[in-house]
Amino acid sequence: MSGSNPKSAYWSGFRNGAPFVLVVVPFALLFGVVATKAGLNVVETMVMTIAVIAGAAQFTALSLMQEHAPTFIVLATALAVNLRMAMYSAALVPHVGTAPRWQRMLMAYFLVDQVFAVSIARFDQRPDMTTAEKTAFYFGAASPIVPLWYLFSWVGAVAGTAIPASYSLDFAVPITFIALVGPMLRSLPHMVAAVVSIAASLFLAGLPYSLGVILAALVAMVSGAQTELWLARRKEGAR
Amino acid sequence: MIADKTTLWTVILLLGVGTFLIRYSFLGLLGGRKLPEWVLIHLRYVGVAVLPALVAPLVVWPAATQGHMDPARLAAALVALAVGMWRNSAIAAILAGMAVLYALQALL
Repeated sequence: MSGSNPKSAYWSGFRNGAPFVLVVVPFALLFGVVATKAGLNVVETMVMTIAVIAGAAQFTALSLMQEHAPTFIVLATALAVNLRMAMYSAALVPHVGTAPRWQRMLMAYFLVDQVFAVSIARFDQRPDMTTAEKTAFYFGAASPIVPLWYLFSWVGAVAGTAIPASYSLDFAVPITFIALVGPMLRSLPHMVAAVVSIAASLFLAGLPYSLGVILAALVAMVSGAQTELWLARRKEGAR
Repeated sequence: MIADKTTLWTVILLLGVGTFLIRYSFLGLLGGRKLPEWVLIHLRYVGVAVLPALVAPLVVWPAATQGHMDPARLAAALVALAVGMWRNSAIAAILAGMAVLYALQALL
């Protein structure tokens, strides 16, 4: 039976993480290429990708820096994109909160969407796993994903210089963001938030320092939350 | 092009540190304390609030066409969104979007 000890839990995690290589490799390649097109050299691209390991935030930062937004705005927006990871962090505490500090720090560094999704699914399914087994499973899931993220960012950065401008890769970044949003639109509040976000952002596009993006995001976040609360109240009232 | 290397390195380092602190927040620093419900409700919508705001101006007024609306890019964006929602797959959406962009650029 898999997961009965840390070693088999590690390999079980590895097997569960492996399919996500198909998602991570193209994203990493794209980041390497886009970073090169934005003027980063291979060292800059690799330090960024290893320090951050968060594709969406990295694309966000590149995009805003290309528009010469002030450093503060670049950081605030890119970190806002990563705020969802605070929820991941909170969700992991009941499962691995008692692991040694160095292990929790390493887990935090590896906390990307795919590793989280694979791990939390298994932990919820098998609450009888020990903390050591859960930790091993988590590192197993990260093992095929994170090294390939580094490797293919590098391949993209090296290959990027050979790709001519006629390939319209400027548009790969918006397309990537849209592609990430599509699967997120799974409920009415999510759709409301997205529509408000687009409308507010276009309306506020004239504001300096890309401030419109942050303001639109705040308004959209509140709209999503209010829609959720409104739906809950309506359900309550129908009873 | 990002020419200012000081800005670039500042962003790389602070984004790395900031992202780690977000990831380590509950696992380490906050020690499993629970966030209030109203914060959690808002956090659920961070992704769908930030990304469309970021992308909308890039789609409607692309820099590559000097800010003029471009039918090929607009169509590519809509196709990527539709495929992403329909297939539930980001990769399928990217491939479909770029395919439409190339096809329309070749035709128009």
